[in-house]
Amino acid sequence: MAATRMPNAVLQADQDQSDPVSPQSTDRAAWERTTLASSLDRLPRRQESFTTLSGLPIADLYTPDDVKGIDPLKDIGFPGEYPYTRGVHATMHRARPWTIRQVAGFGTAEDTNGRYKYLLDHGETGLSTDFDLPTLLGRDSDHPMGLPEIGRIGVAVDTLEDVRRLMADIPLDQVSTSYTINASAFVLIGMYEAVAKDQGVADNLITGTCQNDILKEYTAQNEYIYPPRDAVRLVVDTMEYAAKTMPRYNPVSVSGYHIREAGATAVQELAFTLGAGHCYVTEAMKRGIPADQVAPRVSFFWDIHNDFFEEICKLRAARRLWARMMRDWVGARDPRSWLMRAHSQTAGVSLTAQQPDNNIARTAIQALAAILGGTQSLHTNSKDEAYQIPSEGAIKIAVRTQQILALENRVADIIDPLAGSYYVENLTTRLEEEAEALLRQVLDRGGMVESIEDGFIQRQIADSSAAYQQALDEKREFMVGVNVHVDEDEELPFEHFELDPGMAERQIKRTQSIRRMRNQAETAAALKEVRAAAVNKENTMPAVSRAIRADATVGEICDVMREVYGEYSPPLVY
Amino acid sequence: MKRPLRVVVAKPGLDGHDRGAKIIARAFRDAGFEVIYTGIFQTSEMIVRTVLEEDADILGLSILSGSHMHFAEEICGALREQAAREVLVIMGGILPPRDIPKVKEAGVAEVFGPGTPTARIVEYVREWQGAA
Repeated sequence: MAATRMPNAVLQADQDQSDPVSPQSTDRAAWERTTLASSLDRLPRRQESFTTLSGLPIADLYTPDDVKGIDPLKDIGFPGEYPYTRGVHATMHRARPWTIRQVAGFGTAEDTNGRYKYLLDHGETGLSTDFDLPTLLGRDSDHPMGLPEIGRIGVAVDTLEDVRRLMADIPLDQVSTSYTINASAFVLIGMYEAVAKDQGVADNLITGTCQNDILKEYTAQNEYIYPPRDAVRLVVDTMEYAAKTMPRYNPVSVSGYHIREAGATAVQELAFTLGAGHCYVTEAMKRGIPADQVAPRVSFFWDIHNDFFEEICKLRAARRLWARMMRDWVGARDPRSWLMRAHSQTAGVSLTAQQPDNNIARTAIQALAAILGGTQSLHTNSKDEAYQIPSEGAIKIAVRTQQILALENRVADIIDPLAGSYYVENLTTRLEEEAEALLRQVLDRGGMVESIEDGFIQRQIADSSAAYQQALDEKREFMVGVNVHVDEDEELPFEHFELDPGMAERQIKRTQSIRRMRNQAETAAALKEVRAAAVNKENTMPAVSRAIRADATVGEICDVMREVYGEYSPPLVY
Repeated sequence: MKRPLRVVVAKPGLDGHDRGAKIIARAFRDAGFEVIYTGIFQTSEMIVRTVLEEDADILGLSILSGSHMHFAEEICGALREQAAREVLVIMGGILPPRDIPKVKEAGVAEVFGPGTPTARIVEYVREWQGAA
């Protein structure tokens, strides 16, 4: 029956279009009353209301009325100029395309170093490292809790020797490397610096980034060790230290990624991330460090999720709000302090283990949003990342996706092409306003640390996460291949990434042998200095750096801080 | 009258990815079960102790780091030795398909992978209760 009705419906539509009394509306209200209303009579909207992935309403249409309050010069402006809505650089991708930076890390330092070389051989332009759980939590590989996790979700690092092998043959003045590590980041930053200096790289040529954003560990990713206040103190130590010893190094990459992956909305991601950046800068200022000494090296890391326009607008809103926060809220005078420089990663949480090839399409579209949003560097997820450390074949597709966008699609050739779109400008402003309102709530409660200690932020994220799951369960939100268009007889995935079974044993052996061979008196004295600096609330980094040179391990240095600061136990919010 | 089912939701090991654990804890709570969520960074001993002290009927383990074999063997083994009655152990997270029979052999009753609607997990638990 349905098939025979189709031609009639088409015929009807054709007749409508040739209707000679078609009105020409002079404003949206008129259009809604006439053309839209008569269309809706015949063909109602397919759902009652439309919202962004973050729940912001989407109207039928955006018109000049929706951008009335937005000043094209003051609020949108020009790339490379305040408020940076259109981009942090005047040239954007026309001078230098974004950096293709795929995160990698598994097994031992040698395993990951091999993966780095594979990526560089295939045209990657920057490196990024994932560490295993013991390293992330400041435990050596032979710690009883570390054992089952060695090298599983990232590379195992216990000693300076491990970082030497990790970075072997990688010139640290030419290839910028990012370390995804937080609670024990202060140790890894010290190790990175030591290896760069051993390579003979001059201080002011050492490039690189450390994630080192501890606040989002308490709200989202949960890899924390110390209480938030002490942990923030360590972050500020690294900011102050790096500003002096490695002025081009980015000691903090404030991360919305994990907040979003934990279930937050784009608005919450914006508010809690910019809030964390604000917290680090203002904490530094409380120590007498001028904002302009640390803020220019604070960078950001965003999750690029499925709502194409919302994600583009999110990056634009983040730039505008951060610039205003740095200039007007904290009084930074150096324009470099106002720049929201961004690394982006496509949304891991959007990947499905079911029909994994679909992830290639998801990732490509998210990558396009990141580029149109003006990102400085980008990680595209591999199609198999929902269930394993990516295979080389899958990583290659992910890298090629970026190269296709850069070389074939012309999207690197134009700066902020969606500026001026009624919808994009309106949504950029709404995201900025909503994020600012939420951030002000946090600040009114005392700040980021206080809002973590009482569980406010965790509650916000848990509620959003539960609401999204409910929407999936009720099929108001869709995941293709999971709750719609399911392949009933699908056999779940194929080539499975295998860790070398002897890897854990080799790692433990190396660490124990270094511990045995070192000058014990020197190591003990250096660790004592670390403790003294922590107890006296001095900058701990010079002492940490000496302890690293004396072959103290990640676990030993973190244990000293455990004794001084204690360990954090969080409020349980679900 | 039967008391409500008591469920311990636990995250063994060093992995902090607790979105799934929290979702399932909330779903069990909404289904009327008594839920004890352990939080993260739990050793096998800590989890087993919680199950025994809380006299739990069900243990839900959430593991995404790849260490599922290690914890399935350790925890199910200890429960078999120490628990006075059968505790239903279910697991959620990312497991390669060929490991699923192995964790079941270790004593895990069922594994729920990514994309499982929470209602299906609640239903599974209710069916187990009905059969018991």
